[in-house]
Amino acid sequence: MDCATHSTQRKDFVPEAILSIRDLTVEFKTEDGVVHAVTGVGYDLAAGETLGVVGESGSGKSVSVMSMLGLIPVPPGRIVAGEAIYKGRDLLKIPPKELRDIRGGEIAMIFQDPMTSLNPVLTIGDQIAEAITTHNAGMSDSDAKKRTIHLLDVVGVPVPERRVDQYPHEFSGGMRQRAMIAMAMANAPSILIADEPTTALDVTIQAQIIEVMRTAQRETGAATILITHDLGLIAELADRVIVMYGGRVVELGDVHTIFSSPHHPYTVGLMKSLARIDLDQQWLEPIPGQPPSLILPPPGCAFHPRCALSQGRERCRTEIPSLRTVGQGDEHLAACHFAEELDAQRLVAHAAAAEGR
Amino acid sequence: MTEQVPATSGAVTAPAERLGSSADLSLSYESGLELKARSQWAYARMRFLRHRLAVGSLIILILIGFVAIFAKQVAPHGFNDQDLVNIAAAPSWDHPFGTDLLGRDYLSRVIYGLRTSLWVAFFVALLSTAFGTAVGAVAGYYGGTTDNLLMRFTDLILTLPGLAVLLTAAAFLGQQSQSIGPISISQPVMIGLILAFLFWTGLARIVRGVYLSLREKEFVEAAKASGAGDMRIMVRHILPNCVGPIVVTMTLIIATAILVEAALSFLGFGIQPPNPALGSLIAEGNVGGLGYWWLVTYPGLVIVIIALAVNFIGDGLRDALDPTQRLRA
Amino acid sequence: MLIYIVRRLLYSVVVLIAASFIIFSFVSLSNDPLAFLKMQPNASEQTIENITKRKHLDQSIPVQYVYWAKDAITNQFGTTTIGNRPILPDLTRVMGHTLQLVIAAEILAILVAVIIGVYSALRQYSMFDYTATTFSFVGLATPVFWLALMLQVLFVNIYLWFDVRIFYTASLSGVDPGSGLHFVLDRAQHLGLPIIVLMAASVATYSRYMRASMLEVVNSDYVRTARAKGVAERGVTMRHAFRNALIPLVTIVALNFGGLLGGVVVTETVFALDGMGLYFVTQLQLGDPYPVMAWLMVTATLVIVFNLIADIAYGFLDPRVRYD
Repeated sequence: MDCATHSTQRKDFVPEAILSIRDLTVEFKTEDGVVHAVTGVGYDLAAGETLGVVGESGSGKSVSVMSMLGLIPVPPGRIVAGEAIYKGRDLLKIPPKELRDIRGGEIAMIFQDPMTSLNPVLTIGDQIAEAITTHNAGMSDSDAKKRTIHLLDVVGVPVPERRVDQYPHEFSGGMRQRAMIAMAMANAPSILIADEPTTALDVTIQAQIIEVMRTAQRETGAATILITHDLGLIAELADRVIVMYGGRVVELGDVHTIFSSPHHPYTVGLMKSLARIDLDQQWLEPIPGQPPSLILPPPGCAFHPRCALSQGRERCRTEIPSLRTVGQGDEHLAACHFAEELDAQRLVAHAAAAEGR
Repeated sequence: MTEQVPATSGAVTAPAERLGSSADLSLSYESGLELKARSQWAYARMRFLRHRLAVGSLIILILIGFVAIFAKQVAPHGFNDQDLVNIAAAPSWDHPFGTDLLGRDYLSRVIYGLRTSLWVAFFVALLSTAFGTAVGAVAGYYGGTTDNLLMRFTDLILTLPGLAVLLTAAAFLGQQSQSIGPISISQPVMIGLILAFLFWTGLARIVRGVYLSLREKEFVEAAKASGAGDMRIMVRHILPNCVGPIVVTMTLIIATAILVEAALSFLGFGIQPPNPALGSLIAEGNVGGLGYWWLVTYPGLVIVIIALAVNFIGDGLRDALDPTQRLRA
Repeated sequence: MLIYIVRRLLYSVVVLIAASFIIFSFVSLSNDPLAFLKMQPNASEQTIENITKRKHLDQSIPVQYVYWAKDAITNQFGTTTIGNRPILPDLTRVMGHTLQLVIAAEILAILVAVIIGVYSALRQYSMFDYTATTFSFVGLATPVFWLALMLQVLFVNIYLWFDVRIFYTASLSGVDPGSGLHFVLDRAQHLGLPIIVLMAASVATYSRYMRASMLEVVNSDYVRTARAKGVAERGVTMRHAFRNALIPLVTIVALNFGGLLGGVVVTETVFALDGMGLYFVTQLQLGDPYPVMAWLMVTATLVIVFNLIADIAYGFLDPRVRYD
């Protein structure tokens, strides 16, 4: 078995999680074959915390949350297995109408590109109000509009009374993302999911949006799932982190541990590839190779063709590693057969650095 | 589309010393994960062959083309041979398409008619493609006043309703063969010229768009820096990028040309007798008071089949060469 | 907005003038409008000379053009060469008949095409979708005149076999159609076939574009956002997808207008309807440039006005393109 936790008793990663995903497996049928977008993914989300989901494009980070919300097109997509327990109900099994009530109401999503994610022929106000009235059937239009203006104010859109009647193309990129955040906050969700919220924005705007997201979290008290490939964003906002690769979770832990002592070669590679101001770097160190094909994944560990630690060892090529505890405590998990060797390497590296000084 | 990993070596070229370990990355793709590099044309061909309709249509079109080219050999009778015993006969084994009011075998007449219609259509397509590309390239590349002038000229032609202008031109200009100096232009060619004159505008716009967007790109600057003249840049560097839309539009023009030429001939302003044409055949057949259905049906059916085939091929080509523009998502 | 319209109109007038000159030139150059007359044995020299003087046929082309232009503007397009018949009354009469046909056909075509296109997109790859797409392809490959003939053959044969007249075009102008429902029914019966024929090509084109547009929209990010908000599928389709998908159709309808006129020419000829199409073909056959020019100018103006309306409608539907 190759899933994250396959024990007969369910293991909670986090006590009293409001969202628990287990063994999620999603595939897509395409002309070229079956794409195994997500395999055996499991994680927990505690109330009020920010969980960062890190990975490259194609690692399955978006698909896992979108399938949970019923947002993937069902042919060609298919949820093969798994459960997503939210407030005692399995989101993957409840009837569509109930899922729709939760979607946008208790669980809200912010998408990557605010220009294409907003309907160009409707005003911003109309679209935010729609989020409100969809989940508050009795509310009058004027009340919805008042609430919309208030929301725009909270996210920092200036002169919201005027802006509310404008169209998306009249907003700047940062403004649009603020509007999207306002839309997600509209019904005081318990979970906010942000899928690459800053990727499509300028760096200076990114900083602003990070602030807005903090505000949103504060105002709603929501737990956040932050999906991104931007490690800087993770460092700023996340409490815990999961790392995804090739459709699986390969590492899981709190943000400090992940950054200071990553226990999966992929995570190590990610950290190493960051450009650092505080180090004297001659070269940037990318992870060699290419992301794996999800139609025909490499046998055994999906990362082994690119893994410096593996060195072609047989175990890596034949046996898919399962998530197990590494390091101290039992809240840091990694899916690597030889994770402990990373510790040894780190000691050696530190020693070498200390000597070189 | 070039793969980033060279397929032949199967190894990833990375500075091994920087990785700080003795990982032997030449093992990477041993486990049978090969990324084969294919040329752009191979991909296009692959995508085209996936369209069974397009491939089938291509086969049919080639068959029809053979029939057209070898009309003399294929047609059971001559174009004007009369079988006086069987005047206006319904389809039979002897005459699969029946005979017309003068006893002429209709199958043969249709074959000859389709030959003319086909080559006029191809002629129109080639001419308007060449002209349209040239105009579009010049307008898009040079921009400014040249562009303005050329586009205004295009607008001029587009303002008036197509068929009407064609009819007018054909009626007043295209009814007889003309001679310009030593070159004599036969009447069907006149019609072809007139049709081409109105069909080039669409392509000109598309090509102009491509040139406008590409002329600012770095590879053009690089070419200029290495001394390439304008002509060379336009033809060797930018033109290959237009091949997709050009080919697709060309097939569209072929289909439209067949339909329009048929309409012109039907109304009496297209290809004049004695040159055979499918449209004229239908017009002649119409005289018989609609009692002789085969006279009208078969030539039209042939037109529909050819136009359908060309359209399917065009669709397949569009998917193969220009996948960003998929009309069938 | 107003400035935009005025600017467009002025520009169009210039284009029209230029186009008219070019067409007049090649129409008059290679053609002798009196050729037909000259072949008649009983046409007197005097008549020919009179007409030549009246129409200035002995002068150079540019001069003739100026006279024509003057006639066009001041004298309601003047008169025909042979018979000296005023052009405009004829033209307006046939235009009225044609407009009935065209307006009915276009409105029906748009309605049908939108329904087919949207449904095809929502049920992609279903039986309905494949059938609709096949019909579209076939529709686009069918010559309009041939379709008209085939339908005629069909209904004539139905009449011959079953003695039932479902659609027929004879005596269109003869019988008074009455008013109200009777009018509609009468028109439907007489104009049914021509309308169906005109609709065929339009529906084929529009439904394909509608389908493509709808598919693109349905897979767009903002539709995904709407779903993520929890909006019901119906609301997503109508409020978000449909409105956006409709926008490109406006452009397509505008662009198709020229083709529609071509279809009119052919259809009226086949069904012998007293409309603009038949008028045009008849005058072409007579080789008289004056009514031909008049017809072209009128239709060109119609096309320009129609395009302008389409552009304004586009701006109305798509807030990104407002002209101020």
